[in-house]
Amino acid sequence: MCGIVGLFLKDKSLEPKLGAMLTEMLITMTDRGPDSAGIAIYGSDADNMSKLTVQSDAPDKDFAGLDAVLAERIGSAVTLRRKDTHAVLEMEHAAVDAARAALGDLRPGVRVMSAGDTIEIYKEVGLPKDVAARFDLSKMSGTHGIGHTRMATESAVTTLGAHPFSTGTDQCLVHNGSLSNHNSLRRRLKREGVRIETENDTEVGAAYLSWKMQHGATLGEALESSLEDLDGFFTFVVGTKDGFGVVRDPIACKPAVMAETDQYVAFGSEYRALVNLPGIDTARVWEPEPATVYFWNH
Amino acid sequence: MQTINLEAEGLRSMNAVLQAQAKDTNQTSWEIENPKGSHAIAVGLDAPIDVTVKGSTGYYCAGMNKQATIHIKGSAGPGVAENMMSGTVIVDGDASQYAGATGRGGLLVIKGNASSRCGISMKGIDIVVHGNIGHMSAFMAQSGNLVVCGDAGDALGDSIYEARLFVRGSVKSLGADCVEKEMRPEHIQILRDLLDKAGCDAKPEEFRRYGSARQLYTFKIDNAGSY
Repeated sequence: MCGIVGLFLKDKSLEPKLGAMLTEMLITMTDRGPDSAGIAIYGSDADNMSKLTVQSDAPDKDFAGLDAVLAERIGSAVTLRRKDTHAVLEMEHAAVDAARAALGDLRPGVRVMSAGDTIEIYKEVGLPKDVAARFDLSKMSGTHGIGHTRMATESAVTTLGAHPFSTGTDQCLVHNGSLSNHNSLRRRLKREGVRIETENDTEVGAAYLSWKMQHGATLGEALESSLEDLDGFFTFVVGTKDGFGVVRDPIACKPAVMAETDQYVAFGSEYRALVNLPGIDTARVWEPEPATVYFWNH
Repeated sequence: MQTINLEAEGLRSMNAVLQAQAKDTNQTSWEIENPKGSHAIAVGLDAPIDVTVKGSTGYYCAGMNKQATIHIKGSAGPGVAENMMSGTVIVDGDASQYAGATGRGGLLVIKGNASSRCGISMKGIDIVVHGNIGHMSAFMAQSGNLVVCGDAGDALGDSIYEARLFVRGSVKSLGADCVEKEMRPEHIQILRDLLDKAGCDAKPEEFRRYGSARQLYTFKIDNAGSY
């Protein structure tokens, strides 16, 4: 059992409150996943700038002076904004690949949570309310975001085992369920040269989607093919730079509720997660169909 | 009219008050305010009382109901009216998966759509859905009636025993050992009665009936020793 929440704003006036709304939804889903929690949030898009969200188990040591040494190595300005065990490194778009490569060299203990123009991913072990407080999630603004509360079944309770998983530039995935063919699929993807870091089933799902997209599939097509190639139970919610999508396996035993108003589209594993959203009493509320890909874009 | 504010009262306390009502209670009408999608609202009731839940509910609302009439003024989460014994449960909106599962008696009315596994393993309950139902509905259904005014999803009535299934719209596919059956006058009468009780103006003649072909190994006497 895990909990998923998602919020895609249509009304720009709500953007400053995105973090607060999503945090409240996330904490409501604590019963479904008290082991760890995470959030992917899509903020404002600055021209020609990109960001890497990174994590370290020794942040004091790893983040000290990282912006300066990284800037020197890649020959381009870098700013660092630290939040607890995570930090957001911002740089010119063209410098991202070089920065990623240099990070492994300069700070081997630092792990990249996400890369993109607007995405930031924060995740840690602990109760959702504590994780949200550590990263001050409720103060964040943005256009859309996805959150996850984890009750671990397929792999250890670790930061890297928490969701969301990054699936590519400005893309992420969260999952409720368990994949049964993740070991064979992991071996297949590794043979194809895909890098997979953990024993976690969802990471394999994320890597699968990235791999499909690297071979020319759109996200929608990759999600469609996941229905064929992934065995097991899943409700997936994926985030992209300008939208979010939902797909459930054909059996659809993992719960999902959606709500839409003129102001937002919202996702919750349970209706409880949605009850404090503005106008929920008059929203269109429905359960997404099995084996059907849903997508909303700005 | 007795009113309980679920947020203020708390779930266990609210259920305890409702469960404590005697069969001859004079407090026959109850309203639950602020359900806010909470789980297990109004479960295990055993008195002829009317309970109105003013909003949508989470998992297992009205489970194990006996005698009571429970009216949900919103949508219901998974397992609404699970294992109902008697009484009536009405959902104004949609119902999530396994609505009315294993129910042994009473009437469940869903005015919107029901999702997957509606009436799974039903054992005597009557279920009337004004809209559509999802896949694997009435799986291993043993007795009772499932009435669907809209369409049914994949694998309707898989491994069904003696329950009757009535569908007005399309059936995406029938499950193993489930077949269409002749609609005889007694079925029209059963259906008319159920539609009437469920406040549905559909005509019984517009429905098709489905049930067990009784061809699975469970129906073969030679296999009795396996159980």
